[in-house]
Amino acid sequence: MTENTPLLTVNDLSVVFPSPKGEVCAVNNVSFSMGREKIGVVGESGSGKSLTGRAVLRLLPPYARVGASDITFKGRNLLSCSEKQMRKIRGMEISMVMQDPKYSLNPVRTVGEQIREAYTIHHKAGKKQARQKTLDMLKAVRIRNPEQVYGLYPHEVSGGMGQRIMIAMMLIPEPSLLIADEPTSALDVTVQLQVLAILDDLVGERGMGLIFISHDLALVSSFCDRVIIMYGGQIMEVVDAGNLHKSNHPYTKGLLSCLPKIDGTQDHLPTLVRDDVWLKPVPGRVNGEAAS
Amino acid sequence: MIAVENLNVFFGHGQTRNHAVKDVGFTVEKGESFGLVGESGSGKSTVLNCISGLLTHWKGRIEIDGVRLMQTRNMAFCRKVQMVFQDPYGSLHPRHTIDRTLKEPVKIHRLGDANNRVARVLDDVGLGAKFRFRFPHQLSGGQRQRVAVARALILDPEIILLDEPTSALDVSIQAEVLNLLQDIRREKNLTYILVSHDLAVVSHMCNRLLVMNRGKTVETITRNQLKSGAISEKYTTQLLVAGKGYDRTAIDQFQDFR
Ligand SMILES: Nc1ncnc2c1ncn2[C@@H]1O[C@H](COP(=O)(O)OP(=O)(O)OP(=O)(O)O)[C@@H](O)[C@H]1O
Ligand SMILES: Nc1ncnc2c1ncn2[C@@H]1O[C@H](COP(=O)(O)OP(=O)(O)OP(=O)(O)O)[C@@H](O)[C@H]1O
Ligand SMILES: [Mg+2]
Ligand SMILES: [Mg+2]
Repeated sequence: MTENTPLLTVNDLSVVFPSPKGEVCAVNNVSFSMGREKIGVVGESGSGKSLTGRAVLRLLPPYARVGASDITFKGRNLLSCSEKQMRKIRGMEISMVMQDPKYSLNPVRTVGEQIREAYTIHHKAGKKQARQKTLDMLKAVRIRNPEQVYGLYPHEVSGGMGQRIMIAMMLIPEPSLLIADEPTSALDVTVQLQVLAILDDLVGERGMGLIFISHDLALVSSFCDRVIIMYGGQIMEVVDAGNLHKSNHPYTKGLLSCLPKIDGTQDHLPTLVRDDVWLKPVPGRVNGEAAS
Repeated sequence: MIAVENLNVFFGHGQTRNHAVKDVGFTVEKGESFGLVGESGSGKSTVLNCISGLLTHWKGRIEIDGVRLMQTRNMAFCRKVQMVFQDPYGSLHPRHTIDRTLKEPVKIHRLGDANNRVARVLDDVGLGAKFRFRFPHQLSGGQRQRVAVARALILDPEIILLDEPTSALDVSIQAEVLNLLQDIRREKNLTYILVSHDLAVVSHMCNRLLVMNRGKTVETITRNQLKSGAISEKYTTQLLVAGKGYDRTAIDQFQDFR
């Protein structure tokens, strides 16, 4: 694969759910292409951010109807991959950190055992060595007392620790693409940046691609290279991250205006005023569903 | 209104014993909204859980209205102090309608007049009657968090403990919920303790805040200090720098404070 081949290309991706009121098009004609870079995905709740990530990995419920004219990863057509091939890609090549880490962990096994097991699946290692690697990984994601955390059950770790544990797990196979869905929303600001710095290094040094789904516009604009802004299942615009605050799109401007500011007033914050003219019409779409 | 002194909490035993809260103390005036910030795992939720009575194995002194609290609480106390959690998905019973969710505490506390109370709180949080018989999955994240606030309000509490009430919400819904919380506090003269990672949210909502690190108090500062950056503790300064966004050079200079 040459320098210029994109890591991931997605064209005309749609996700449709059946519903009593007719079909709901939750993701609608989404197209983008990325290299070994950091792409942010922002947009209000329900705008289709998570579904877009999950659709690439084919991690959707069976009743979801997914369509695309092209999903190519490292030159491979993912649309023609069998379920078995996809499982291999999910395990080795593309990792996804899910929005709710605690649901992804097994509640009756300690977090240490779970990471260690993931490690032994991907690397030849004895029990002792795998344990040491696990402790190293916990330390790498800035967990202070790895020995102690190793023996905790998922319900005993704080929200922020849970997120870092998931990130550690997902990095074990050394994926070429990491899809991180709100991976740091429960972390305090300092640890959040330190964890992002780890991901940044993987992008810079190993050439990993990162899709970073987040509600935090300020963070995305300072961390990512480019930002995809989604509304109602559609891409409104793709901007260079540093220029996010200069956007002229009324939706992007609306999102930015909702943010409280450290040196702001304590008066009422503006909320979004949505406009269906931003959406391209779709046949069969139940209007207003996505902006509920 | 609230006074906490020498609060200490331990989890676990022997080798893995964890001193999660160490000699924490602060006071909150009636009608004040007080912020609690600090790194992940520094003990913020644990402090709220001690005040609310969810955790019982704490040591130290907690006073509300000059009355010292014991580890276990009576019904009257539970009415006075309510809690709102981070997760608007997990904190509501998925198979109960909003009506049922809201009536439950009324029943437990035998307050009577449940129908009117439900109608009144739904109105207070800006959810009309049409939401009353819906299930949680039929509501948006912001609407669900409004229901969580309504459930806290239905017992006419004086204190509401808010644990990251908006961190799972998008920016527009966050603005909605913060506006709502500001309005009802002013209207009902409620006292809040608000935990948040987002310093802008804390600055928007609170006039004073406690900074915690590794279970300990770093300092108590005012919103004006937060705004002007006139802060002497290095840990707090680092938090402020981090709140400004991703800056690799700044991150590489971050220190571990003990
Ligand atoms: N399994 C499902 N069945 C039916 N509708 C679904 C399903 N999963 C998601 N949806 C709908 O698809 C839309 C997009 O969902 P998605 O999870 O991608 O939103 P999001 O942008 O990630 O939002 P958030 O910021 O709240 O996580 C929403 O309206 C959602 O209700
Ligand atoms: N039920 C529990 N059992 C064992 N340890 C616990 C329990 N609850 C909390 N802890 C530990 O106590 C410490 C403080 O946790 P707490 O949840 O109060 O942190 P926090 O400041 O709220 O963090 P976050 O910002 O991530 O929510 C952590 O080390 C945590 O692992
Ligand atoms: Mg999502
Ligand atoms: Mg907490």
